Amino acid sequence: MIELSGLTKRYGERVAVNNLTFTVRPGIVTGFLGPNGAGKSTTMRMILGLDRPSAGDVRIDGRHYAQLHDPLRQIGALLDAKAMHGGRTAYNHLLCLAQSNGIPASRVTEVLDTVGLTPVARKRAKGFSLGMGQRLGIAGALLGDPRILMFDEPVNGLDPEGIHWIRNLMKSLAHQGRTVFVSSHLMSEMALTAEHLVVIGQGRLMADTSMADFIRENSRSYVTMRSPERERLLDVLHAAGIAVADGPDGAVEVDGVAAPELGELAARERLVLHELSPRQASLEEAFMQLTAESVEYHAHDGDPGAVRGGPAPGGGATSGGEGQWGAGWGGPEQRRRKG
Amino acid sequence: MAVTQVVRSEWTKIRSVQSTVWTLGLAAVVTIGLGALISALSKSEYENLSPRDQLTFDPTFISFAGLSLGQLAMVVFGVLVVSNEYSTGMIRMSLAAVPQRGTFFFSKVAVATVLALLVSLVTTFATFFLGQALLGNLSASIGDPGVLRAVIGAALYMTLMAVFSMGVAAMLRSPMLSLGILVPFFFLVSSILGAVSATEKIGRFLPDQAGSKIMQVVAPLNDDTPYGPWGGLGIMALWVIASLALGYALLRHRDA
Ligand SMILES: Nc1ncnc2c1ncn2[C@@H]1O[C@H](COP(=O)(O)OP(=O)(O)OP(=O)(O)O)[C@@H](O)[C@H]1O
Ligand SMILES: [Mg+2]
Repeated sequence: MIELSGLTKRYGERVAVNNLTFTVRPGIVTGFLGPNGAGKSTTMRMILGLDRPSAGDVRIDGRHYAQLHDPLRQIGALLDAKAMHGGRTAYNHLLCLAQSNGIPASRVTEVLDTVGLTPVARKRAKGFSLGMGQRLGIAGALLGDPRILMFDEPVNGLDPEGIHWIRNLMKSLAHQGRTVFVSSHLMSEMALTAEHLVVIGQGRLMADTSMADFIRENSRSYVTMRSPERERLLDVLHAAGIAVADGPDGAVEVDGVAAPELGELAARERLVLHELSPRQASLEEAFMQLTAESVEYHAHDGDPGAVRGGPAPGGGATSGGEGQWGAGWGGPEQRRRKG
Repeated sequence: MAVTQVVRSEWTKIRSVQSTVWTLGLAAVVTIGLGALISALSKSEYENLSPRDQLTFDPTFISFAGLSLGQLAMVVFGVLVVSNEYSTGMIRMSLAAVPQRGTFFFSKVAVATVLALLVSLVTTFATFFLGQALLGNLSASIGDPGVLRAVIGAALYMTLMAVFSMGVAAMLRSPMLSLGILVPFFFLVSSILGAVSATEKIGRFLPDQAGSKIMQVVAPLNDDTPYGPWGGLGIMALWVIASLALGYALLRHRDA
């Protein structure tokens, strides 16, 4: 278990991580999502005691990192796959890490085998491809057979086979009851692996929710309709008891009624339609909108509603966001739903 | 966190990187080779020396002439051992494995120092005996007063040069920056300060000049150096302690 409370990091004027409070629980994969520069890596460095927090606290199973006895046996991390001496062989790289934590050399051979690097164990790391380096980094994380694992963008630069491998690895580690914390800036990637989701933007917590809730609330399908007789279309829909929302450029968006039904309704009313298209708000869109909010909040701390002329509550606030981002969740492009 | 574990780990780190090991080999080869060359030249030039210079002819010191260049390889070794961690990004893995930064840093320094000392001892004894053999009838004997001290002292000098560089590299982190400061400093600035009479008195408190006093067996005429051989080495050791202390203080407080 990793517990962050009020964790904050400032670099001069810049607040890289802003008052983060959340808990990473065992037995599931927790995705740590945020766009470039959101503060994911900085947060992970603070968890490992590498960077000193400007404020707040982070604990690993109740203790500070520096208090851990043989820390690699408690928490293993992949921060940067290139963070190793290229002149050292894969075996020696892992061996020196193992020795520092009293891990037997036989374990080095074991993890090399787990990540499939046994054939190149005695080769120097500088000749390794990106994927091989990533695997060596993961071997380093697994070395101490830790209860907690942390991976910073592990799929970066991997081929589909490698990505598949990492996904399964993370799932099986979580399945064994371990705590798995993995960062990414791809929502689609997280949707496939993570059970829980922590989203940050500009260093702030945007969401802390289960993946299932996030999907339920953010992958709504709807139908966009356009008609030269917009007012009549609205009347017709209203008469049929169908709820509508304003779309962009005078479009009308309908939730919960399938496109064929709407088309037949329009035909019965002899209503000309210029568009009738079923749509699905992608998770990626939802994520981008969520984090785009943080930029707004950053620039206009205070009342975001005033900035964009009317808040859009209820657009799909995920649980646990504690209202700090939920209030503005909707965004300028988001459909404002009328009852 | 058991210190023995960390020491073992640091030993694996040093021995598993060829470039670091090579610099030590280079230090030995350069020191011995150049020392032999200059010893041979000194023998043939002895006849042309003034009586004054003949009087203060120091065969032990002459056989260590190669150290002027060999010490730079020791500097490179010291810098690489520490700054490799930073230039490769390995420092984050290392500190995640050993969060006690003092244990990490001083284990690394201790392992590198012991290795440097062993290589230095072999080097200075080899360069002494080879140099004396080439000096023939001008040579000193290891049993002569002060000679054994000078040979062991030369090894300590080489080692301390490396350790001083480790502290500087811990402060500056970048290998290029560290070498860019240390090499010109020891190769140029120190000798220029020592050569100009106005700055000579300051120059001899610099680590290399103070430390090299221990290699002298025959003092120059009118020698007014305010410290003896061990005093000089002591001054150098103070520099080394200051460099390590500052390097550690920065490592302790900085984000990795
Ligand atoms: N050592 C540092 N000094 C100054 N600013 C820093 C430092 N490290 C990070 N930052 C800044 O802090 C912010 C967060 O960076 P961080 O690397 O944690 O983001 P990230 O979420 O990991 O991004 P990415 O997806 O690109 O890896 C960035 O704006 C970055 O420029
Ligand atoms: Mg990052």
